[in-house]
Amino acid sequence: MWRYTFKRLLQGVITVWFIATATFAAMHLVPGDPLASDKAVSEEIRANLEAKYGLNEPVWKQYTIYLGNLAQGDFGISFTQKNRLVNDIIREHFPVSATLGLLAVLFAGLGGVIWGALTALYRNRLPDIIIMFLVILGISVPSFVVAAFGQLGLVSLNNLAGFNVLPVGGWGTVAHMLVPAMVLGLSTMAYLTRLMRSSMLEIVSSDFVRTAKAKGLPPTRIFTAHQLRNAVLPVITVLGPAIAAITTGGFVVELVFAIPGLGRYFVEAVQQLDYTVIMGTTVFYGAFLVFMVIAVDVIYGFIDPRVRLE
Amino acid sequence: MAEPTYTPEFATDAFEPLHIHERKHGTTRPSLSYWQDAWLRLRDNKRALISLYLVVGLLLFTLFGPLFWNVSPSVQDLDQVSKPPWASREAVIVAPYTLWHGETTTPSGSGLRTATPPNTQAVRLLWDPVPGATGGYRIYRNVFPINAQQAYGLPLGEQFDPNATYFEDRLDLKARDYYYTLVPLDDNGIELADATTLEVTVRNAITVQGALERGLVDADSNVEVGGRVTLKFHPLGTDYLGRDMLARLMHGARVSLFIGMVAPLLYVLLGVIYGAAAGFLGGRADALLMRFADFVVALPFLLFMILFKIMFGIGPGESGIMPMLIAMVILSWPATSRLVRGQILQIREEGYINASRLLGANTTYLIMRHMIPNTMGVILVTITFAVPTAIFTEAFLSFIGMGVAPPTPSWGSMCNEGIKTMLTTPHELIFPAMFISLTVLAFNLLGDGLRDALDARIRNIE
Repeated sequence: MWRYTFKRLLQGVITVWFIATATFAAMHLVPGDPLASDKAVSEEIRANLEAKYGLNEPVWKQYTIYLGNLAQGDFGISFTQKNRLVNDIIREHFPVSATLGLLAVLFAGLGGVIWGALTALYRNRLPDIIIMFLVILGISVPSFVVAAFGQLGLVSLNNLAGFNVLPVGGWGTVAHMLVPAMVLGLSTMAYLTRLMRSSMLEIVSSDFVRTAKAKGLPPTRIFTAHQLRNAVLPVITVLGPAIAAITTGGFVVELVFAIPGLGRYFVEAVQQLDYTVIMGTTVFYGAFLVFMVIAVDVIYGFIDPRVRLE
Repeated sequence: MAEPTYTPEFATDAFEPLHIHERKHGTTRPSLSYWQDAWLRLRDNKRALISLYLVVGLLLFTLFGPLFWNVSPSVQDLDQVSKPPWASREAVIVAPYTLWHGETTTPSGSGLRTATPPNTQAVRLLWDPVPGATGGYRIYRNVFPINAQQAYGLPLGEQFDPNATYFEDRLDLKARDYYYTLVPLDDNGIELADATTLEVTVRNAITVQGALERGLVDADSNVEVGGRVTLKFHPLGTDYLGRDMLARLMHGARVSLFIGMVAPLLYVLLGVIYGAAAGFLGGRADALLMRFADFVVALPFLLFMILFKIMFGIGPGESGIMPMLIAMVILSWPATSRLVRGQILQIREEGYINASRLLGANTTYLIMRHMIPNTMGVILVTITFAVPTAIFTEAFLSFIGMGVAPPTPSWGSMCNEGIKTMLTTPHELIFPAMFISLTVLAFNLLGDGLRDALDARIRNIE
């Protein structure tokens, strides 16, 4: 198991290197240059600036410097905001996105397992039909529409109550996080519900459930101890990619609910063509997602002994 | 002793080959091909069938809709801006605008009132002097009834002279209900408590010249001030620039459906070729190819979509569809290639492949006759499920302003524009959002149906 973990981590590092290289290449192919500005700049000033940022070096040297800095965890300085380190920007905005994402994953995971189990329990009866209809709806409605209607719902709720039950936007308290996290986790929850349902139905007809029934165990115990525990396993495997979907999906929710997260910051950086921020954020996000997937896989290996044998 | 001789008697036709008789009774039916069987299964699936009709309908809407609704998606109808489809199209013909300084022909009335019938040309307010209003008055306008929090809405302006008890509003008037609030001010310009609110229903208005210019009335017909004309018809209303929503939805569908269907086709094709190559080559080449695919999977999708978008750039006059398409293809193929490789590896070990080889089949025959038909089902299902993802991606990028360039409509960018006025004119958001959701829903259900119909494993279980 430890060998497996080590191997996965090594793969992860190589993958991050690939992401960093792809980002570097993509940014170098962007038309225009980072020093372009509205003001007319004389040749000397331009040369000085290029020297300061190392832009006069050959590309391979820029690349090695970039990789060296990355290895030390240094993402550089923002091009458009004076004296602002990209590391500071990430340190400031990432916890917001991470908190929101974590809440959304929790919401999606718990909801998916509960709803999925319910639909399997009431297979082809009314609760199943209703929930599965909602699930299809949840998968089909784009996240920004869900976010917009979530906000609309908040506005009407506050209007109905006559005072601010929950804030409509912004960040700070748990009250700010609830609805955005729900909106963010909704499509993943719908997806997990479907997965959980099929996983449950598969297990209902398995041998060990039949054995448990033959032993005369009470149905509730079969349901919780046998079916549920085994059906949750496939749901855990997709949690890694689900985290990835949720963190990138956070862009829209952060925009709509005015949350100062990294996703919103990234969109702003792209609009201003802030080279170092774009590169830093992309590599950081990429690395985060890679190691999240690895973490989920390793945890899964500890939970499910069958994985260790492979 | 003579041995008994045995002379067998044969019928003359005893050694003729038997004729193959057609069996009269039997329990077999003519065998169905894989695709015939799949179609029969799909036809029984009501949800999938309805989805299929919906998809066909959407395609017809996109391709032939503009033939029947020949309105340009970029022409502005300034008489009807942000008009929901259910709004009245009737307009009153009014005289050209003249300045107004509180003169009134009807001095009667009390409190906050309108001096002339309120229309989109101007709303003219009159009121009686308020005793404490030494500093004048401030006028607010709201599109919602004044709630408990006393939100009066937009401050329109002030009259600093306490005796000037009139106000004219010409600011971006629409044919709808407005709530005007008059707040008296004290010497220091501080608002006093006794505010009065007036609900005003504004009607459409157009001048004779305007009606002639827009072709609403014939040049030789007799139009008089006070008469009525019907404004241009917009079945789904207009957007915030007065552009026809139906025309924009049709043209937006071209972008959304084009990207939604062409991108999956292209990247699934690329993935099939790549995956099939890896599966066939096997060994070291396979490992190397799949490792590279793993790397591409690890790239954060949306971030790199945006990166590629700015990398390709959008020139003036371009819509930016092609860069999006290319970026999507570059980033999305690995999932399909993994799937196809797995399928190929699995099929390679099947008994019928060995049997076929034993009978002398060459590689080309194996690929054409066994590999491709056996993976077609999986590939088709993958494409169907890839369509909603591609539509979402386009909508998402257009929504955050990284998609198609502004004059080109797309469902995502229409949602982006509509969300800003969600509270006052919800139809601008609801229609494009509905189209996205319906399309995605249809493809999801169709994908489910196709998977059930094509998946041999499921078929054998049932």
